[in-house]
Amino acid sequence: MSYAKQDTAIRTGRAVRIIIYLVLLLFALFYLLPLYVMLVNSVKPLHEITGGGMMNLPSGFTLEPWVKAWKSAQIGVEPTGLSPYFVNSIKMVVPAVVISTILGALNGYVLTKWQFKYHKIVFGLMLFACFIPFQIVLIPMAKMLGLLGIAGSTSGLALVHIVYGLGFTTLYFRNYYAVFPTELVRAAQIDGAGFFKIFWRILLPSSGPIAVVSIIWQFTNIWNDFLFGASFADANSQPMTVALNNLVQASHGVKEYNVHFAGAILAALPTLLVYVVAGRYFVRGLMAGSVKG
Amino acid sequence: MSNADFKTRLQNWLPKLVLSPSLLLMLVFVYGFIAFSVYLSFTDSRLLPSFGLVGWENYSKLWRLSHWKISLTNMGIFAFLYIGICTFIGLGLAIFLDQKIRAEGMLRTIYLYPMALSFIVTGTAWKWFLDPGIGLENVLQSWGWSSFEFDWIKDRNYAIYTVVLAAVWQTSGFVMAMFLAGLRGIDNEILKAAQMDGASNWNLYRRIIIPQLRPAFLSAFVILSHLAIKTFDLVIALTGGGPGRATELPATFMYSYTFSRNQMGIGAASATIMLMTIAAIMVPYLYAELREKK
Repeated sequence: MSYAKQDTAIRTGRAVRIIIYLVLLLFALFYLLPLYVMLVNSVKPLHEITGGGMMNLPSGFTLEPWVKAWKSAQIGVEPTGLSPYFVNSIKMVVPAVVISTILGALNGYVLTKWQFKYHKIVFGLMLFACFIPFQIVLIPMAKMLGLLGIAGSTSGLALVHIVYGLGFTTLYFRNYYAVFPTELVRAAQIDGAGFFKIFWRILLPSSGPIAVVSIIWQFTNIWNDFLFGASFADANSQPMTVALNNLVQASHGVKEYNVHFAGAILAALPTLLVYVVAGRYFVRGLMAGSVKG
Repeated sequence: MSNADFKTRLQNWLPKLVLSPSLLLMLVFVYGFIAFSVYLSFTDSRLLPSFGLVGWENYSKLWRLSHWKISLTNMGIFAFLYIGICTFIGLGLAIFLDQKIRAEGMLRTIYLYPMALSFIVTGTAWKWFLDPGIGLENVLQSWGWSSFEFDWIKDRNYAIYTVVLAAVWQTSGFVMAMFLAGLRGIDNEILKAAQMDGASNWNLYRRIIIPQLRPAFLSAFVILSHLAIKTFDLVIALTGGGPGRATELPATFMYSYTFSRNQMGIGAASATIMLMTIAAIMVPYLYAELREKK
């Protein structure tokens, strides 16, 4: 995915260019609209929204919806706000991202530099696992988590995400290491370096770009997951997405739209931040690997 | 056995040893679980897994359920429009962005950011924006357009289109990025030669550029169709499958039959059908991709 060079042979007239700019701007507005709606409505009192002012800027600016969404909104049966669920998400995301990335790096290393007879089949099996509809594993996974004694816990969820993220992390590292000069590995072998030493000293130091890709990908997917969280978490281990959904779908009491919007932004903030800060490294890292693995 | 001998042997086994935990996890948690689910789809499992085989009964029951038929019809409408519109918008925006546009980087960032959000966030934002009580309808009415009506999200016949709208909003920017990468990879010399022969821009795109984007079309189709079949969170957050069953999809069907209606056998049967559908798309694609490379 390189869009580095902005160079095309196509020439366009003035009128056409104006239309092009108009269309591009219109779509920019379309993509920004929900973000605008969430932002302005998260800082206004409820009556301004229900009174038909959803598109207006707030006239009575208030941060109360944010405070309420974070600390005291009713989630399920407890008025805890979203903060404990934010913590749950972090407890689930961090180990899952770290472990799946490390395993992916090792798998990619073996599958490219230590190929064995059936390495292609192994890789094919891992690749296909990326695309299965998770409905097919929900029932046995629920049973397995019970057997392992980690049902309804953040560590259980972390395990689930490690397993179903492995295919992707392996894919990224494999494609990246596939274009890494094998001669360097062979030369180090002749000098007597072992399996781990070669990995540690030769491949790992230049793995930065692809590690970034793997971490961003896993972080975004795991943070945003809803299906596994809804299926396997109990009230004390629910991740942010499930808690947000409970907040918004609650059928009792007044619907506090401003609190819902504030909560939605809170749930979106970590991944948005990663996208804004590191998005370009993601594209660059994917490119660095190979155009085609 | 000498020490050195042991060391070489270890070095030979080490790579496989390192790979084996991952492989084991895959075999058990992916392929073992698939086998287990497929097996359950032939049993009389209800609240809990049970092992009494009942043959194809769950499948024949499944195909008699109007709930399942509605989910499939909705899937058809949703997938067709979602894939079609995303491809159209993605390609259009990519072509427009490829005309030496001034703030290209900023526009790209704006088009792509929805991809970083959770479908639950997207669903929440669109749910209230499309809500006739407080959203678009209410706003336009309060601005003086008193006859304006837009209640698709509450209308059985139109609710599925609001799911399409939100899903397109979320992923069309990503499709744009795939096409833009494809466009940037096209050799300018061919275009210049064709221009000298007097080809119009329209013909350049129709005859030379778009045919060269075939790989991008294929990847976009594979990714979008696989996302479409998996769509679950968006429906839960946006419409909850309603009004009535108007926006139920196979994924929401499977979830409710397995976990709330205690019809695990039927849930497993529906999951098996979902897997087969995705496999029919993914396996040939992955096979071709893997074979190409050496």
